[in-house]
Amino acid sequence: MNTFRDSVEAMIPALRRYARALTRDVDVADDLVQDALVRALRSERLFVGGDLRSWLYTILTNLNRNRRRSLARKPLFAPLPDSAAGASGTEAEACDIARALATLVEDQRAVLLLVTLEGLSYREIAEIQGVPIGTVMSRLARARSHMRAALDGERPTLRRIK
Amino acid sequence: MTEPNIPVTEDELHAYVDDELPAERRGDVEAWLATHPADAERVRAWRAMAEALHARYDAVADEPVPQRLALDRLARPQRRVIYGAIAATLAAFLAGGAAGWLAHGVSTAPSSLQAFTFDALEAHRLYVVEVRHPVEVAGSERAHLQQWLSRRVGYTIKAPELDAAGLKLVGGRLLPGPHAPAAFLMYESPNGERFTLYTSRAATPTTQMRYMTRASDGALYWSDRGVGYVLSGPDDNKDRLQQVARAVYDQTEKNGG
Repeated sequence: MNTFRDSVEAMIPALRRYARALTRDVDVADDLVQDALVRALRSERLFVGGDLRSWLYTILTNLNRNRRRSLARKPLFAPLPDSAAGASGTEAEACDIARALATLVEDQRAVLLLVTLEGLSYREIAEIQGVPIGTVMSRLARARSHMRAALDGERPTLRRIK
Repeated sequence: MTEPNIPVTEDELHAYVDDELPAERRGDVEAWLATHPADAERVRAWRAMAEALHARYDAVADEPVPQRLALDRLARPQRRVIYGAIAATLAAFLAGGAAGWLAHGVSTAPSSLQAFTFDALEAHRLYVVEVRHPVEVAGSERAHLQQWLSRRVGYTIKAPELDAAGLKLVGGRLLPGPHAPAAFLMYESPNGERFTLYTSRAATPTTQMRYMTRASDGALYWSDRGVGYVLSGPDDNKDRLQQVARAVYDQTEKNGG
């Protein structure tokens, strides 16, 4: 019937996953997805072909940048980590991943998630972030190296800061 | 096991893990990993990291989509906007040397105009994050908006047409300015990028265009016969900022701001 809308709809689960990992907060993530969808629908007639998937990730990335800018003005509303310490088993591992993600700067976190979780190509991510591929590569390298440090050796340090 | 002729770089290790490596190089990387345990360990750690991310977040994609994200609820009546009619003359103008044109404004800026720009950047930061209420009067009421703002700021406000730059007018609002009321116009691209134009009476008669940056926002500002203009937007693409500012400049100059 309406292929544009159907294609957008098919992307909602993946957008929610990306937003959740990016923000690590259920409500903030769905707010972000909602705003992105409103914009996408509003701009339907401006979308003249091209990759719908990349376009949606681009909208979401820009919105998240705006959101973080407003958070910087209101530090009291900074999101809490989405899981409590002291969980066990696989739950604890999951917490560690979320906590390690939280240590990354925004652009690096976005690159890591778009590559590993969403399976986008380096080229697509370069377009989404509006930077050269070399910058995507260096963000990815830094993200992986910080994540590894956070997951491997620095758990006690992280706990102490908290 | 023979060493690959060309040493494997870190970028190649990432590309290998992410399936971005050309097929003919994969064998080399695998041979390299067999003889370089530290690199093999990194690759293993990166893969484990990806698995952990999927384990943690894939469940989100399997959840039923909440009601509030249903597209039928989010769709609003579409505003009719005519896009795509790019003025060839303007496009050609923009393609020309905007960089050189900016570069020759090197004399020192009067500090009052900098303070003015600072106010404009503050307004930009404040309103650009608004989703539901970014403006007082919507762009669909362009004639009314222009008439109202012109009356309040005391000179003719004509919202520039920035369709050629992929930006449509979201609308505008009135703000207090340093010397007199200021008109504030917001534009938006299909990607959600937002640019704002802040204009008010300024103490400085006429200046070249100059650049100021603050946090992740950039602004190009100038004054023209006692009226100051500040065009603010995302700072990560300066060519884009310049392109938009140039389009605004050309149009406000024509309208005799």
